[in-house]
Amino acid sequence: MDVRAQLATTFHLDKCIGCHTCSLACNNLWTSRPGTEYMWWNNVETKPGTGYPTLWEDQTKYRGGWELKGNSLRPRFGGRLGMLSNLFFNPYLPTMDDYYEPWTYQYGHLFTAPQGPDQPTAKPVSQVTGKYIDIEAGPNWDDDLGGSSVYARNDINLAQLTEAEQQALFRLEQMVFFYIPRICNHCLNPGCVSVCPSGAIYKRAEDGIVLVSQEKCRGWRFCVSGCPYKKTYYNWQTGKSEKCILCYPRMETGQAPACFHSCVGRIRYAGVLLYDAARIEEIAMTPQSELVAAQRRIILNPADPAVIAAARKNGLDDEWLGAARNSPIYKFVKEWELALPLHAEFRTLPMLFYIPPLLPVAASTKNGNYNLADGEFFGNIENSRIPIKYMASLFSAGNEEIIKSVLRKLWAVRSYQQASRVGNIDQSRAAAQLTEAGCTAEDAEQISRLTALPRVSDRYVLPPYHREEAIEQLTGDTQQHKYQVGFGYSAPPRRGP
Amino acid sequence: MIDLVLFAILPYVALAIAIVGLLWRYRTNQFSYSSVSSQFLENRQLFWGSVPWHYGIILILLGHLTGILFPASVMAFNGVPLRLYILEGTGLALGLLVLVGLVLLLLRRGTNPRVRAVTSSMDLVLLLLLLLSIVTGVGTAIFYRWGSGWYVQTATPYLRSLVTFSLKVDYLASLPLLVKVHALNAFVILAVFPFTRLVHMLSVPLAYLWRPYQVVIWRRPRVQQ
Repeated sequence: MDVRAQLATTFHLDKCIGCHTCSLACNNLWTSRPGTEYMWWNNVETKPGTGYPTLWEDQTKYRGGWELKGNSLRPRFGGRLGMLSNLFFNPYLPTMDDYYEPWTYQYGHLFTAPQGPDQPTAKPVSQVTGKYIDIEAGPNWDDDLGGSSVYARNDINLAQLTEAEQQALFRLEQMVFFYIPRICNHCLNPGCVSVCPSGAIYKRAEDGIVLVSQEKCRGWRFCVSGCPYKKTYYNWQTGKSEKCILCYPRMETGQAPACFHSCVGRIRYAGVLLYDAARIEEIAMTPQSELVAAQRRIILNPADPAVIAAARKNGLDDEWLGAARNSPIYKFVKEWELALPLHAEFRTLPMLFYIPPLLPVAASTKNGNYNLADGEFFGNIENSRIPIKYMASLFSAGNEEIIKSVLRKLWAVRSYQQASRVGNIDQSRAAAQLTEAGCTAEDAEQISRLTALPRVSDRYVLPPYHREEAIEQLTGDTQQHKYQVGFGYSAPPRRGP
Repeated sequence: MIDLVLFAILPYVALAIAIVGLLWRYRTNQFSYSSVSSQFLENRQLFWGSVPWHYGIILILLGHLTGILFPASVMAFNGVPLRLYILEGTGLALGLLVLVGLVLLLLRRGTNPRVRAVTSSMDLVLLLLLLLSIVTGVGTAIFYRWGSGWYVQTATPYLRSLVTFSLKVDYLASLPLLVKVHALNAFVILAVFPFTRLVHMLSVPLAYLWRPYQVVIWRRPRVQQ
């Protein structure tokens, strides 16, 4: 057992209101430099939809993640020699047109325009070329099902659905959507790391954050196609790749990442998970329908004395172990089995977990009358407005049973609270629902507490980071840079000649 | 005298600039080491330029290197006329291939607005130097045939004399002007090497072939269990 800690995260999709505040907080902090304007380390997508970059989930197009090849696991990109032969031209690289060309407006013209018969306008100009552009796409062009006849229609997760089911989903009066905010998953078996020819991308052993060394990166740009979530980005100005750093400078000073901190719906949770690094490959090779269950298995019980002993041996201290025991992520993922990885079939073992939204049919209209479905407050999960199959394609590698059990539990918890607080549902019925969902009343209390009424300290359980150790790495001898500014960087981060 | 400056002093100066320049850039600004690829901005034209250019130039440079390292073997290989024809034909074909690739890359840099936005002045200098190199090289192949034969008799001893500090400048000085320009241009490219994107040649990621897929870094070196 090789126990390591991972700073893991959970997003509760039922609470996401799609306001994009997270994206802006991240963008203001990290990606408002030349070359990074088009990057959204955090972005919010409307589902069904094609996402950003367009069709990122389609691995026949971008070849990200892993594939099982006989008895071994290898990057979908191909064998090592074959990959290097694509060094001069990466056939699977998304280009700027798959994202969008970033632009600004000529605001100055509003002030400098000569007097004339009409109002001056601020025309859009490209942030790449500085020329006027016709804006054709943006990072959330399909927000709230805008242009859904193009975007939502082409969502590849709909491939599982029959034509009739798709027709039903896209009937205008039935259209339904939910939001899915995405950041880097800081995977246990990251695709970007595995395809980096320079070995510049690495996973920090202490907290599992995946970073790109800007000194070692040589701009071979395989990570961009190799990450199945398209969460590594190429900075076209500096010729280096960049990605979400999980705001480690904030984490190291005890603050939650900017996107978490700014989340209006308070959908985000962060905490420590302990995992067995010795089993990564074995778990990543599990048959597809069992991947989610296998990923739960690699996460270790932080209260188990054997796990604690092994963790101590790997240098984890009591504060980290304590944080692991109080981790909201452990509760959501492992104890309650509510949070699921996005597209587990990419086999990267992502460490960002989503609680799928409950989208029941609450009512229907008949002859102009509004009728509650089944005469109940909620209908039933099989009649969800978004087919279970679709959710399974996103969150459980196609295994519909997992989605059903999650939705059943979410629904049971709501019924329980309705019964005990509002009283519009029969107590015995709510209790029966809980039993059916495999959930105790205490669990239901805790789930609804952590879902609806968590404090900041419940949502973010961040251990102290020991910057004194991190600083050793950066400087070697602590006296070395005593009289210099910063940590010895001698040149600004400019593009090479 | 001019021959001595051009063919004896210039090569050493160029090499010195290259070595010092590379060490300086590597030590002070590794961040600037990159292929600074523009594929992200423009995809289609790049394919037709970059792929022929890179594969062609690698083979051509290997050919030049073979002539320097194993002159006797090259001579022996060329002993049979058919083999000589094949070698010469291949060389010329590769030369034309890289010429086409390079011209396409130049056109792309000049015409695509996105690519122009990330084109530095050194990029243009380098492209023009490379163009001169390829044009003189292909010209030599066309106008002074059997280069694979006379190259090992002239350039090889000259280049070897540079390495051993026993200068034999006459070998190069007596060659036609086109060839001399080709050689001189090569030294100029060597001198500007550290100050251009050519540094990405030194980063060829061969280590990828045997490194483990995952890279995990510990803050403190860990005692292996």
